[in-house]
Amino acid sequence: MQFFGGSEISPSPPVPTASGNNAHMMYIFNRNGVCLLYREWNRPLRTLDSNQDHKLMFGLLFSLKSLTAKMDPSSTEKGNLGVPQLPGQGCSFHSFRTNTYKLSFMESPSGIKIILVTHPNASDLKESLKYIYNLYVEYVVKNPLYTPGTPIRSELFNTTLDQYVRGLG
Amino acid sequence: MAPAVPRSGDAIFANVERVNAELFTLTYGAIVRQLLTDLEEVDEVNKQLDQMGYNIGIRLIDEFLAKSNVTRCVDFRETAEVIAKVGFKMFLGVTASVTNWDTEGTCCSLILDDNPLVDFVELPDTCQGLYYCNILSGVVRGALEMVSMKTEVTWVRDMLRGDDAFELQVKLLKQVPEEYPYKDDE
Repeated sequence: MQFFGGSEISPSPPVPTASGNNAHMMYIFNRNGVCLLYREWNRPLRTLDSNQDHKLMFGLLFSLKSLTAKMDPSSTEKGNLGVPQLPGQGCSFHSFRTNTYKLSFMESPSGIKIILVTHPNASDLKESLKYIYNLYVEYVVKNPLYTPGTPIRSELFNTTLDQYVRGLG
Repeated sequence: MAPAVPRSGDAIFANVERVNAELFTLTYGAIVRQLLTDLEEVDEVNKQLDQMGYNIGIRLIDEFLAKSNVTRCVDFRETAEVIAKVGFKMFLGVTASVTNWDTEGTCCSLILDDNPLVDFVELPDTCQGLYYCNILSGVVRGALEMVSMKTEVTWVRDMLRGDDAFELQVKLLKQVPEEYPYKDDE
């Protein structure tokens, strides 16, 4: 993709298959629980105000990560439930699916968490989440006017995201 | 699906956008020169370079993680190897080697084969206390802090001061696991 200055990003974005937005919502959190970005494309039901919604989402993921690490059958040493873990250590969960939506999750070792809520028949979105992380690096991290740890206000990032998400199967 | 394989430093270096080496060296030289004129005290300049490096490091880590696909390092030894082989190669185009491990495995030295920052540089007598490449120590410290490791990074040997190599000592102070940031009653 040319807008990255010719450098190869892995993975390359999937070819757009459907028209209209395929994802419902997206959250990006940093390691301190600050919601850096919340994008909404298709959300008919809103029950909480946005602050509580963010806290709920962050808390949910924090607990799920703790729980999955604790229940891991392959690891030998596990802390007690609720013991803080280093980001990326232990097993990390990827996604859960209900009858109405699928939530996919990715956490980088630097604590950046990307959450994508899509329709329940979505295929595995790990590559897509990695691509979104690359977009975050290019448009947000490399922007000298952005202060790390604050909410993202970048029109370019939003537009590119929207374009990419539109093409997700 | 197979887990993503971490890419080698050479492979990534071949793919990222590169800048002319002389431009890089001369720009850095101009920055240091300007800092010396503005701050006058060599210690202040050292501190400022470290701070600038820290600000770079906290952003650099995300680019590093995104492009290189490394997963969480198991221990500090692996971290040091990854910094030396993948990190330095990817961003500076030079490799480093890791030596001088202490008995607990928390302190090591990175020896740079080559340092593009110091081409054409000679320190005058008035600046003998200057750590010219202090920005690199800040970068390593900042990047490691974003992956939960508090470290202390200092220059042990510096060719501009008459030693025979560039040696950076990285000492792990502690690992800081993440905590639930919200209080339960909020």
